[in-house]
Amino acid sequence: MSYYEEDDLSRFGEIGKHRPDLFAKFMDWYQACQEDGALSKREKALIGLAVAHALQCPYCIDAYSQSCLESGSNLEQMTEAIHMASAIRGGAALIHGLQAHNSVHKVSM
Amino acid sequence: MDTPNIQARPAPARAPIGFDEKLASHGLELRAATIETLQVNVGKLCNQACKHCHVDASPKRTEIMSRETAEQVVSVLQRFRIPTLDITGGAPELNPSFRWLVSEARALGTHVIVRHNLTVMFESGQEDLPEFFRTHQVEVISSLPYFLEQQTDAQRGNGVFTKSIEALRRLNEVGYGAEGSGLILNLVYNPVGAFLPPAQAAIESDFKRELHNRYNLSFNHLYTITNMPIQRYLEYLRRSGNEERYMRKLVEAFNPNAVAGVMCRSLVSVDWTGKLYDCDFNQMLELGVAGDLPQTLMQFDPGTLATRQIMTGAHCFGCTAGAGSSCGGVVV
Repeated sequence: MSYYEEDDLSRFGEIGKHRPDLFAKFMDWYQACQEDGALSKREKALIGLAVAHALQCPYCIDAYSQSCLESGSNLEQMTEAIHMASAIRGGAALIHGLQAHNSVHKVSM
Repeated sequence: MDTPNIQARPAPARAPIGFDEKLASHGLELRAATIETLQVNVGKLCNQACKHCHVDASPKRTEIMSRETAEQVVSVLQRFRIPTLDITGGAPELNPSFRWLVSEARALGTHVIVRHNLTVMFESGQEDLPEFFRTHQVEVISSLPYFLEQQTDAQRGNGVFTKSIEALRRLNEVGYGAEGSGLILNLVYNPVGAFLPPAQAAIESDFKRELHNRYNLSFNHLYTITNMPIQRYLEYLRRSGNEERYMRKLVEAFNPNAVAGVMCRSLVSVDWTGKLYDCDFNQMLELGVAGDLPQTLMQFDPGTLATRQIMTGAHCFGCTAGAGSSCGGVVV
């Protein structure tokens, strides 16, 4: 058995078998977030794809790749979104280098 | 009559629930409401062989409507005053009776739509198609799956995007797509793969912006059409291991509000031999109108056809998913 099964994505609703009230609240919120608002559905799908990569969630990557295609994005746009997520992850790691520098300087002559 | 070049048809798509069962669960049935359009497939011959083509059209196909059958089409338009003739194929322009059919229908005052693949205007003898369309005030509907070359060529063949852009330029030059010209040029978006189309208004806006900025091209409307799980597209779904997921997606996206607007409720489809169907998709599956109805142009009877029960299959989920899908794009 693999920890990640593709079919599990379509079984997401089964989480609601226990504490369905909490799952219903989550789903209402989740669905509302997807709708056109100040941001378009397409922009939101690209944000979702970027976050999915930052979280490295295979379910979310699969789901938001489909959402991006179905909201009219192309692979160039999706790849730019993934680079944004990766660049921020990379930058976030790199800026912590200052913590290391600070730590080293504190104990160095 | 030519000998048909019959292609092996894949076994029907498998859906987790029957279409009629799904309709019944919503208290619905599918019955025609009127006959606004006679949609005529004048043959399967095409200069392209697109990967998603539900007709299985290609340069190798030999099925083509005869002049005698085209005359029956005109006779039906004349006798029953059907407002719109929607001509499709294949590339309908390759039928030797195509221009005659358009001229006769227009002389009757019938609104004529031609499903024009753009690249056929570069075939020998077809160079003047833009002028022909303009002269006869034909509404042109053309497939352009995306505003970028890679996606378009992936679906329609290498080099198709470049030719399509040049063809759109020629159509624009004679006035098609220009505001106030009265010459209507609509484009069709099909997903390039196993996914559903985006919101029609949003992707139309993208196409208008990108085609104008990149190529200075204009058009009237973009229609999003869902790929139907039949023929060549169904074979693609199976080859790529996407059939189950795509069918589940169509069923989960079933929209009962789309049922009232599906195209079979307002058109009758005719094949190259004059046989009648509920839609072009049923035609390709050789699923004719119900057995107790007139079966051919010669027997055409709007009294019974206009309220007929529609023949359905798993592919019908393609027309009722999300905002729905028809030859004129979304239905809700």
